[in-house]
Amino acid sequence: MHLLRAIQKGADGAYVVGCLEGTCHYNEGNIRARQRVEHVQRLLEEIGMEGDRVRMYNLSSGEGPTFAAYAKEMTEHIKKLGPNPLKQKKKSKRRIV
Amino acid sequence: MIIAKRKPFDEIKDMLKGYKKVLTVGCGTCVAVCLAGGEKEVDVLNAELEMSRKLDDNPIEVGAATIERQCDREYLEALDASVDEYEAILSMACGAGVQFLAERYPEKPVFPAVNTTFIGVNQGVGWYEERCRSCSSCVLGITGGICPVTMCAKGLFNGPCGGTNKGSCEINKDQPCAWYLIYERLKKQGRLDCIMEVQPATAWENQVPRTVIQPGYEKSEGA
Repeated sequence: MHLLRAIQKGADGAYVVGCLEGTCHYNEGNIRARQRVEHVQRLLEEIGMEGDRVRMYNLSSGEGPTFAAYAKEMTEHIKKLGPNPLKQKKKSKRRIV
Repeated sequence: MIIAKRKPFDEIKDMLKGYKKVLTVGCGTCVAVCLAGGEKEVDVLNAELEMSRKLDDNPIEVGAATIERQCDREYLEALDASVDEYEAILSMACGAGVQFLAERYPEKPVFPAVNTTFIGVNQGVGWYEERCRSCSSCVLGITGGICPVTMCAKGLFNGPCGGTNKGSCEINKDQPCAWYLIYERLKKQGRLDCIMEVQPATAWENQVPRTVIQPGYEKSEGA
């Protein structure tokens, strides 16, 4: 939902970074996170947007340079995709009853 | 519990194409547990609808409400104050909830956002399997706790049929024969005599909506 909300609010892209697979403190937490990210990719494609605007990366806490490399990779990737098409459109309303 | 599966997005979007203000109503019981129509699923669907319609230059205003049970008047009442503000209602409850909502607000179009699928069990996160067809004639007591109506491809009350094949069903070798499983379970329990009990056929024809009034509640309100 957070990923979807980010795109809905106009983010051009969003990525989730989890621990390396097999080293999650919550055992399968990062595996499940990847499944959820893939689900959001499908939801975006369902509504006609590029699913690849959201991505999942894995690294350990000691891999600062890799984190920076992933950030650069994601930035380049999003630049290629262009801005979020929702930003060009008029605002719609939403409320909680 | 009742298991449901969300309808394809395009089908939902198509149902709502003529409406600009829609209230999406989730149900906090079965469909919330099976991850099809609870509060989170309402938010996800609304986000999808909003984004998609915005991309189409045909914005929609969506409201969100999730009540404890859509199959209970006591909880539906909470929607009374807000329903008038919307042109249509999108229900994420099972078929019973959708109908109860439509009955309470007959002037509003009510659309289903999920396909009600079966009564089943939870085999893992997001993984459900059918176990009961709510046939009204439960024989689990003499079938070792294995439902032949649900598990047998023919729904046979008295089996196995001639299609049983070394533990598999004739329709598919990966589909276990329910009556083989029943035989094995009863054998383990030393109750093989149960399999010889002949069950009368269920009157499937001319089915009308069934009603249950529990003993002691015969004259209660709404019964």
